[in-house]
Amino acid sequence: MNDLENVQVFRIQILAIVGSILLIVFILELIRRKRLKEEFSILWLGMGTIFLIISLFRGLLDWFSVLVGIGYPPAALFLILIIGLMFILIHFSVAISELKEANKKLAQELGLLRRQMEEK
Amino acid sequence: MKKLIIIPAFNEEKTIAGVLEEVQAHCPDFDILVVNDGSTDKTSDIARRFSGVRVIDLAVNLGIGGAVQTGFLYARGKAYEAAVQVDADGQHKPAEVAKLLRPIDRGEADVVIGSRFLEKGRYKARLGRKLGIWLLSLTNRLLLGQKITDSTSGFRAYNKRAIELLSRDYPDDYPEPEAIFLLRRNALTVREVPTEMAGRKGGKSSISLPESVYYMVKVFLAIFVLMLRKNNRGLP
Repeated sequence: MNDLENVQVFRIQILAIVGSILLIVFILELIRRKRLKEEFSILWLGMGTIFLIISLFRGLLDWFSVLVGIGYPPAALFLILIIGLMFILIHFSVAISELKEANKKLAQELGLLRRQMEEK
Repeated sequence: MKKLIIIPAFNEEKTIAGVLEEVQAHCPDFDILVVNDGSTDKTSDIARRFSGVRVIDLAVNLGIGGAVQTGFLYARGKAYEAAVQVDADGQHKPAEVAKLLRPIDRGEADVVIGSRFLEKGRYKARLGRKLGIWLLSLTNRLLLGQKITDSTSGFRAYNKRAIELLSRDYPDDYPEPEAIFLLRRNALTVREVPTEMAGRKGGKSSISLPESVYYMVKVFLAIFVLMLRKNNRGLP
């Protein structure tokens, strides 16, 4: 039962590197196929890049944890993840609000134009 | 004076005909516009049967704010000098439209609100609603220095300046209390006149308890944000 003591840390490092690269490639592929607009890809690509860098240079996470005063480096990883996701979600909320406003203007304009045609 | 009655309607097939008949009987000098807010019932068909009633069909449901604003946009485009908003559910009495318009005619106010509470009437509200209305009224008095007794009333008359402002900028949902702040922030004058309102002829109140909590939070947030903004954002 002492498997946990023999954890091969390099495995998760390789998994993390592969995962980050897959995320970046996936996002780029979505842009290429025009399924994703560049505007919405930037934050995702940024997140992917940050995770790639963190998984390539393991010391970086420890250094960051000490810098901001986190005693347990994996917690710093979650912090970065959550902050990144928050940014993306707020970006979504703003985009949805803009869409809603545009949608309202379009519906109003369409209604007024139809009315104008009926009056002629 | 070119005058328009704006009737926002969302699925009001049971009441719209009665409202239109009354409006035509009591307000012969008005043009009548029904803004059908993406109804899924026969609201639009019924309204179109009335000759002289103009109907704008919105392709999607925008909510009361977007629908009323469409009316303002129409009024602005056609250079109406006054507009009166009347609900399609039969709550507002077309017989009182003239009373609402009087201060506008005399140039005494930019917007006139028909209030249920100015005179002690028979209107009975539930406790929660009473509390909400009291809170809004207190906020009005504190922030605007003016007592508005019925912030949520949608029975309103507007002059040209108000139409101009609100056609550019009108809140989306639960717009009534917020609009008062918007108007006052842009130095327009608001006045109340006592009106009687009928009980609903059909349908139920559109607001349930969780919704009324959302209502209050949304309205106070909007008012707070409005206070943070600079003045006169709506007028050019």
